[in-house]
Amino acid sequence: MKTVIALVLMLVPALAMPTVARAQPGTISAIETFSDPAMEARARNLQRQLRCLVCQGESIDESNSPFAADVRHLLRQQIAQGRSDRQIQDFLVARYGDFILMKPPVQPNTWLLWLAPFLALGAAGLVAWTVVKKAAAQET
Amino acid sequence: MIGELGQLALCFALALSLVMAVSGLMGARAPAAAARRTANSAALGFLVFVVLAFGVLTYAFVISDFSVALVANHSHTLKPLVYKISGVWGNHEGSMLLWILVLALYAGLVAVLQRGGERLTSAALGVQGLLAAAFILFILFTSNPFLRLDPAPFEGAGLMPLLQDPGLAMHPPMLYAGYVGLSAAFSYAAAAMMVGEEGWARAARPFMLIAWIALTCGIALGSWWAYYELGWGGFWGWDPVENASLMPWLIATALLHSALATEKSGAFRTWTLLLAIAGFSMSLIGTFLVRSGVITSVHAFASDPTRGFFMMILIALAIVGALGLFAWRAPTLQGGAAFSSVSRETTLLLNNVFLVAVCACVFVGTLYPLVLDAISGTKISVGPPYYALTFAPIFFVLLLLVPFGPQLGWKRGDLKAVWRTLYPALGLAAVAAITVLAIVSPRGLGATGAFAVAGWLIGASVIDIRKRKGARASAFAAALAHAGLAITLMGVAGATAWRSEALTVVAPGQKLTVGPYTLRFDGVTREKGPNYLADRAHIALMDGDKVRATLLPEHRFYPAEGQDMSDTAIHTTGLRDLYLALGDDRGGGRFALRVYVSPLAPLIWLGGLVMALGGMLSLWGRLRAREGAPQPAAPAMAQAAE
Repeated sequence: MKTVIALVLMLVPALAMPTVARAQPGTISAIETFSDPAMEARARNLQRQLRCLVCQGESIDESNSPFAADVRHLLRQQIAQGRSDRQIQDFLVARYGDFILMKPPVQPNTWLLWLAPFLALGAAGLVAWTVVKKAAAQET
Repeated sequence: MIGELGQLALCFALALSLVMAVSGLMGARAPAAAARRTANSAALGFLVFVVLAFGVLTYAFVISDFSVALVANHSHTLKPLVYKISGVWGNHEGSMLLWILVLALYAGLVAVLQRGGERLTSAALGVQGLLAAAFILFILFTSNPFLRLDPAPFEGAGLMPLLQDPGLAMHPPMLYAGYVGLSAAFSYAAAAMMVGEEGWARAARPFMLIAWIALTCGIALGSWWAYYELGWGGFWGWDPVENASLMPWLIATALLHSALATEKSGAFRTWTLLLAIAGFSMSLIGTFLVRSGVITSVHAFASDPTRGFFMMILIALAIVGALGLFAWRAPTLQGGAAFSSVSRETTLLLNNVFLVAVCACVFVGTLYPLVLDAISGTKISVGPPYYALTFAPIFFVLLLLVPFGPQLGWKRGDLKAVWRTLYPALGLAAVAAITVLAIVSPRGLGATGAFAVAGWLIGASVIDIRKRKGARASAFAAALAHAGLAITLMGVAGATAWRSEALTVVAPGQKLTVGPYTLRFDGVTREKGPNYLADRAHIALMDGDKVRATLLPEHRFYPAEGQDMSDTAIHTTGLRDLYLALGDDRGGGRFALRVYVSPLAPLIWLGGLVMALGGMLSLWGRLRAREGAPQPAAPAMAQAAE
């Protein structure tokens, strides 16, 4: 059994200072680490793939908001319980919705999103091909 | 009274921009020489009044005139002078005025340089005038920077601490010089469709180059700022605001390549026109995304729905107008040059195919979540993993193709000869890949591929430079720009794949090893800055028992704004960054600390600089060539007339 070293953190200073309205990027609050490097790597990898819902464009890994700290704690608890990455992600999606995933899921309402870049490449390629063919026909 | 002076200057500028629009468009007709003279004078007068308005606002910020609402809301007497000045554009109204200032500077430049003949210049000024008038109206009616407060408050509200930074003082003007610079290419393209002038691609090229250089520098500065200011060691987050600046850059890059083919061999005439329209459209859409509050971020200073609505109509008019003109006039401009399928034209076209595809990727990735939310209320995130699977592979293929372009001849190239020229570059690519696999850990496909491509590009650039020995300096521009791309690629690969980090709580005297570095935490002192209080950590970078350097990351508190911020400390060898960010106080002298070691990170921005230098070299060659050849557009016109 791996022990979770929870370096206990105080969100107390943040609460005690009423002028600090919201977490700014660049301040560090929660730090929690596994002693086992493999588990730590898994946790970090998962954290990077989750969006902090109350921040602007930050991942759970980068953010200093209390929300991100909670999710980090939750996710580490579940890793310690031996749940798989997949299970943890599904749990979080069930709880917070697809918005929490940095990588949008492939499903009917995102097919266009995933295909668009390649459709654009194909369309532009097709146009280019006809242009080159025409130009080459004129050239010879 | 100073505020009224600015307001008055802006009103005069509006009047002159209307004069410029009307006389400029009239001057597009051959006999209207008087209208053309009026348009030129109006462009310069317009510039003078915009400079005056901007100067007045800057003065109000510098003397902290809090009777001006904008100054009261965004400045503070204790702020250092440089941030009082950069505060002028650190807010919505001021940044829109900066937008107009840049537009006016380009209009003035168009009027002074008179590139591509009188009629083309005049029509281009007319279009610039229309854009200017629309945006000044936008400012006057929805975002007036000169509104007054009565009574004036005793002290201002201050500027977001995140924006009080030298990088941010420079980033917006640079980016705007790029965004708005594309308006000159747009105006020239529209003018060419009205006048039927075929030499426009050559006439507009310096403006395209200036815009591209500024965009390159602006994006690099923004990324650098995010790196050292946000405190998590990242340099690009695929944030909608970053994407908004990347899209015009991608299209501008495509435009530079396509316009080259149009100019040199008459190919892709209509396509280049369309790209010029698309480039500035991307700038407008970017400005809209960032300014309207559709996206909330550090950059969205205000979210007022009337502004967003007004701006959307304005942008729609500009884009639809230009596309309408294109649909009407483009068929008459058809030329269709002849070239073999193995030729430089084909490679330039391929460049465009891939750049348009990656731009579409960024466009869809940025707007899809907004549209999906609006239609179905479903919220999704499109984060870095999406771009890693779409943008990266397409861009990778584009990079593979880059070296062929400069080696193939116009009209008809010899692929076998090109292979014979380029095979040493292939060798360099192999060496780079093997080196990465052999000596660097962790091994990864991404980093290995990136270094192989970087070797391929740099090898090809060196071959290109050797081949052109003795040519004019500007002949090396493409080689330099392509090498810059490779340098950035190596930086991105190194900083992403080989970054090591430590997130810990340290006690005074404690030692800590991260990657190749040993650090000693020597405690924290309280410091007082001009407008903030700071906890300053003293961290010694150890070399055995000796102290090699002392790093001083800070945790700052800004009382006026009531916000706190961390100020990172970076120790760089030029090839590797040691990056420290101080966290909060854990009691008993203990502090949270983030340490990152980012190998090759400095190359990311060095590459940007090299790319920009390539652009400058090309620009320099252009402006010098013009002195030698007074009528450069003549051959292109003759060719077009055939």
